[in-house]
Amino acid sequence: MKNIAIEFPGVKALQGVDFTVHTGRIQALIGANGAGKSTLMKILAGAYSHYTGSIRMDGQEVDIHTPRASKAQGIEIVFQEVDSALVPSLSVAENIMLDVMVNKMGGRQWINWAELHRSAQAVLERMGVQLETRLLAQELSLAQKQMILIARALCEDAQFLVLDEPTAPLSIAETRELFRLIKELAANHGVGVVFISHRLPEIFEICEEVTILRDGQVVTCQPTAGLTSLQVVEWMLGHRFSETYPKSQVPIGGPLLEIRDLTAREEQVRQVSLRVNAGEIVGVAGLVGAGKTELCKAIFGALPVKHGEIRLRGAPIRVRTPHQAVRSGLALVPEERRKEGILVEEPLFVNLSLSNLAIFAGFLGFLRKAAEQLAARRIVAELAIKTPSEQQKVAYLSGGNQQKVVVGKWLNTDADVYIFDEPTKGVDIGAKHEIFVLIGKLAAAGKGILYASCELAEILGITDRTYVMYDRTIVKELVTADTTESEILFYSTGGK
Amino acid sequence: MAAKAQTPIRLQVVNFITQWGTVLTILVLVVFFAVWMPPFISPSNLLTILRSISIVTVIAIGITLSLTVNGFDLSVGSVATLADALVISAFVWYEFGLLPAILIALGGCLMVGLLNSFLIVKLRIPDLLATLSMLFIVEGVATTYTGGGSISEGMPRLDGTETFGKLDPVFKAIGSAPWIIVIMLVVVLLVHLFLNQTKHGRYLYVVGGNLEAARLSGIPVERYRTLAYVLSALLAALGGVILASRIGSSQINAGAGYLMPAVAAAYIGFSVGGAGRPNAMGTLLGAVLMGVLENGLVMMSVPYYSLNIVKGGVLAIALASTYFRKK
Repeated sequence: MKNIAIEFPGVKALQGVDFTVHTGRIQALIGANGAGKSTLMKILAGAYSHYTGSIRMDGQEVDIHTPRASKAQGIEIVFQEVDSALVPSLSVAENIMLDVMVNKMGGRQWINWAELHRSAQAVLERMGVQLETRLLAQELSLAQKQMILIARALCEDAQFLVLDEPTAPLSIAETRELFRLIKELAANHGVGVVFISHRLPEIFEICEEVTILRDGQVVTCQPTAGLTSLQVVEWMLGHRFSETYPKSQVPIGGPLLEIRDLTAREEQVRQVSLRVNAGEIVGVAGLVGAGKTELCKAIFGALPVKHGEIRLRGAPIRVRTPHQAVRSGLALVPEERRKEGILVEEPLFVNLSLSNLAIFAGFLGFLRKAAEQLAARRIVAELAIKTPSEQQKVAYLSGGNQQKVVVGKWLNTDADVYIFDEPTKGVDIGAKHEIFVLIGKLAAAGKGILYASCELAEILGITDRTYVMYDRTIVKELVTADTTESEILFYSTGGK
Repeated sequence: MAAKAQTPIRLQVVNFITQWGTVLTILVLVVFFAVWMPPFISPSNLLTILRSISIVTVIAIGITLSLTVNGFDLSVGSVATLADALVISAFVWYEFGLLPAILIALGGCLMVGLLNSFLIVKLRIPDLLATLSMLFIVEGVATTYTGGGSISEGMPRLDGTETFGKLDPVFKAIGSAPWIIVIMLVVVLLVHLFLNQTKHGRYLYVVGGNLEAARLSGIPVERYRTLAYVLSALLAALGGVILASRIGSSQINAGAGYLMPAVAAAYIGFSVGGAGRPNAMGTLLGAVLMGVLENGLVMMSVPYYSLNIVKGGVLAIALASTYFRKK
């Protein structure tokens, strides 16, 4: 791709971008949120037709302005949201062969089921994946769904495969499996792979070359050998990133939240006991699928609880619904921000008053809108949310700013305990830093913080104490200052 | 990224038409009909139009409330029928006074609202299907209650018992101008204030906008969904009481015909003023549009049995303007 530029109304999304992928090589594409990675890949996928610049394959200029043209050139993209590309009620085989069934049937009207399953099985075997082709897609794990999408790309004879943040939802074992597959594709099938990720260690592990984008322009393109994470981060940010984890030291007070023997229905959380003290940041570490999200939701009353006791400031509280949790003084920043945390179609101030609208309501529930907007403006300033005004729709904010909104809506509730579930997911490094500072401020104000994350570096960086979860229960309690990444990993992979 | 783009003129025009298309259409129609047939613009005819849309509007406001929580209440027509049967029977069969009779009708329909909420919120039946079931059940209950016949003053009961109950004069006034129009406007105004100026209205929209986010923000979502269906049933009941006053009797399936026009009015109202969501003023304007159209076309001697073609067409155009730009 040469000299690619694209504009959206008012925004120059990409300018003069050159990007090259070699057959059989794995090329990383990274950049902070909003740098233009996805836009560039969408151009490659033929999703936009109004860009300028040229795209060449094997030296030949090609015309890619429609998704069909992109596919015809053997370009296949596996987007982040795997579910949107699969039909849950169809079988594995049907999902793999979907493009074939749609585009290559020609005049045939009847489906040859035996052949369909045979072809799908053949592709899976080529990938070295064990999967029953008659299973329904809805029964699969995220990793398996991703395999199906890659398999689908393969039966289209993909020359180039773009993977957009493929490892975000995967566990370590699943990630390893995916990497094996990617390497195998590049080495033995001559597929050129573009790998987009926020996780730098992964980039160093499997990519030979990395292209770094910032503000719609290519900053550099270098072989990964000889680079360090720090250098890459500097290029992404454009400035030196000194203190990644601003951990402030706060005196730790008495117990705020105590949980004893909490077990959720269907054993999604088993026999969990934990304690959070005032001013303390307590980590919940664990791999994806260890039950961290379920634990957060169970404490918050969003998941039915079988038995267990929750005490706040020593007094037992009854939390059967999130409504009761909020009234008791709990706050939850959920993992799935856009689905569970904000209303993207509503302006900022509506989002910021979601949890505490009552304080702006007077006689008969009539709202004092001026007060509501004033409070919103205060939170916008306090959290440094980048927005033209509090009237802006949240959909127009970047991921990091949306996350600040989710945190911001709890600031007026005066909650005692804040539960954060993967708050830095899909957030760029600058905004991450600000979220850490914010969490530090809450702790300094004497709040208790429960911080669930699968990013071990974050757990080590900002918590005082941490619990390690494995197989839906807490297996170990560690004092952060005395532990290491490898020790946490040891316990979270089931070590004893 | 956050920088918002300068909107091109063409887009501004499209936006303007989407937002104010309903109002513009009403104005254009009024001018057209007035020029074509001057009697159309006479005060008495304008009053007739307002009177004719009153019942539809009240019921449509109920549907609007169910739409705010991203639900849908199909049972409103049957609820209106039930209210009609209850209020007339209370007067004619049981010789109740004004207030008890109306309270019985509203109370009976309140039960329907609660039952709707139970099916939807507790049993988790999709709203469209739950209220479809209730549409049949309530219609059946109303018909069974009246014994499959109509009720009016002086008409003996099915077993031959004579009846002596009279309709209250105040009750009779409810269904005639100006009161019927006043009731409609008060309902629209109250619901407008409720939706836009109170905490509860905000929560209804939030629940409809993102149920999970609302729940995890600590909003008691089940309570607000219940509230929406109860209010919807109550307004349908009010529509039924006005209808009863208007026709002075209880008729089989009297309310059924109001369901579809009310749905249409509520949906036409979506885009009014750029709200992009169900709103009371929009619903009123939607009803006005349909009323003006119907009245004008009848005056132009379009046969009544062909009117639905035009009404359906208007609904399709209104929906197109709402959904087309959502792509």
